[in-house]
Amino acid sequence: MRRRLSDWQRYWVTFETILTKEIMRFSRIWVQTILPSVITTTLYFVIFGRLIGERIGTMDGFAYLDFIVPGLVLMGVITNSYANVVSSFYSSKFSRYIEELLISPAPNWVILAGYVSGGAARGLVVGTAVMLVALLFTEIQIHSALVTLLICIMTAVLFSLGGFINAIYANSFDDISIVPTFVLTPLTYLGGVFYSIALLPDFWQKVSLANPLLYMVNAFRYGLLGVSDIPIGVAFGMIMLFIVVLTAFSLQLLRRGVGVKT
Amino acid sequence: MFALDVQQLAKVYKGGFQALKGVDLQVDEGDFFALLGPNGAGKSTFIGIVSSLVRKTSGRVQVFGQDLDEDPEGVKSSIGLVPQEFNFNLFLPVLEVVLNQAGYYGIPRREAKVRAERSLRQLDLWDRRGTEMRKLSGGLKRRLMIARALVHEPRLLILDEPTAGVDIEIRRSMWSFLRELNAKGTTIILTTHYLEEAESLCRNIAIISEGAIAERTSVAKLLGQLRTETFVLNLKGSVSELPELGGFVLQHLDDCTLEVEMKRDHTINGLFEALSRNGIEVISLRNKQNRLERLFLELVDQRAANLEGRA
Ligand SMILES: Nc1ncnc2c1ncn2[C@@H]1O[C@H](COP(=O)(O)OP(=O)(O)O)[C@@H](O)[C@H]1O
Ligand SMILES: [Mg+2]
Repeated sequence: MRRRLSDWQRYWVTFETILTKEIMRFSRIWVQTILPSVITTTLYFVIFGRLIGERIGTMDGFAYLDFIVPGLVLMGVITNSYANVVSSFYSSKFSRYIEELLISPAPNWVILAGYVSGGAARGLVVGTAVMLVALLFTEIQIHSALVTLLICIMTAVLFSLGGFINAIYANSFDDISIVPTFVLTPLTYLGGVFYSIALLPDFWQKVSLANPLLYMVNAFRYGLLGVSDIPIGVAFGMIMLFIVVLTAFSLQLLRRGVGVKT
Repeated sequence: MFALDVQQLAKVYKGGFQALKGVDLQVDEGDFFALLGPNGAGKSTFIGIVSSLVRKTSGRVQVFGQDLDEDPEGVKSSIGLVPQEFNFNLFLPVLEVVLNQAGYYGIPRREAKVRAERSLRQLDLWDRRGTEMRKLSGGLKRRLMIARALVHEPRLLILDEPTAGVDIEIRRSMWSFLRELNAKGTTIILTTHYLEEAESLCRNIAIISEGAIAERTSVAKLLGQLRTETFVLNLKGSVSELPELGGFVLQHLDDCTLEVEMKRDHTINGLFEALSRNGIEVISLRNKQNRLERLFLELVDQRAANLEGRA
């Protein structure tokens, strides 16, 4: 029992060390890690919200500007969680300092938890920053703080896991930008950030339902505004399922040493 | 107890290359042990498996009685590793590198700070604690790898070619540091392809060549053997009983052939006098190169090649 207790203390210290290191990393280079998303979304607010939005009128009963806020916040969360883990973990492979962790007695799940929490932390920081910017442009009343926060955290965790898996398989710095550019960004844009899928023809509505991003954007919109194209329970279930699957897969990759051990 | 007990260790890399071919090796607790071998012999592969950086294909590894497969955390906690190649986050300051490593081993921050300071002071790096890694010279980076490896006070320190590319002065100070550490009880294993390094530091030695242990002995014995020359003598007539030749070690190959080992202080004249006294006539003699000598010629050749490459 005593040994167990001290094991857990040791794991906690390791987790804390990785998380702190990750937070320090993105804070130290905040101009590259935090600022870009804030600037981009501010531009979205100005252009789509203010300039064009006034002409669009309402969507699902909300001013267009209000309608796109949840999607834009979540987009910041997604891109930044993913980017943080993929670039940090890949760098540690590239410069070999991942070996510092591999030779240490840190269990794989602690390593994974540390990196994923680091990515989630950056996602949440950016999400909060974008939200604050949004509040300069709109007067949103948060519908359900709990749902908002939960979805935000779960999405951040999920995409941190995605970034981790991407980093494991990556063999060059090019490999870490392929998925964000060719998969993540299109799926986010098509995930109903800028429109309600109710506007789409039947067929494309069905296709949209295959996009996991749609569930997150809508659940998050429900949290903030109280409207969603998707039943909220389904959205939670989907995200949870993805988290479980990707966690199991990441641990499996670590156990087999894929991409990190020869 | 053995600090390291390795049985039938084999490694086949992806692509099919067999880097280790069933290595058996035991290192006593408290030993200062050299793993000597030419480039490509499998030293780093061996060390990599023991320190969990490389996955073994088969075989068993035990460190202070703990099995790598059954208790990897226990094994990892007992080992400090100084790898062959730099593996730093170049954007971190020196102190943080050591603190992080301590954290990975589960040492709480406050304790980690005390230990990091001690480690860095031991290796004369405390004044550089704020310097970013990328601004450190190669020699200082090598020393920092040692400081980092010691922060969790491992019982077994493994160094993979620790003095490669380090100038004489730093090399000497590293040597005396390692000697002191070993005297205080840390078991040390180092790989090298300099015999001088093994000679000056280590008590026991294994020579590895093409993925297999070619020799496992004490450094003193090895040097003795290297300083011995073996001659094969063809005799006129046969000798059934080996004569007593003060100091020379004789061996029968067959009735008409003898093998004699000569130490450095022996002379050929002395040998022939002794043989004549015993009525043995020699028709011809040839120098026999032993296996060890061949191995060492290989090492020497390689060093020459390395030096040329650097010039
Ligand atoms: N990742 C790898 N994939 C394939 N072959 C490898 C790999 N790493 C090392 N080798 C090969 O294994 C052999 C032993 O290498 P290594 O253990 O590094 O030798 P040493 O450290 O004694 O110089 C070499 O022939 C090397 O080319
Ligand atoms: Mg090597």
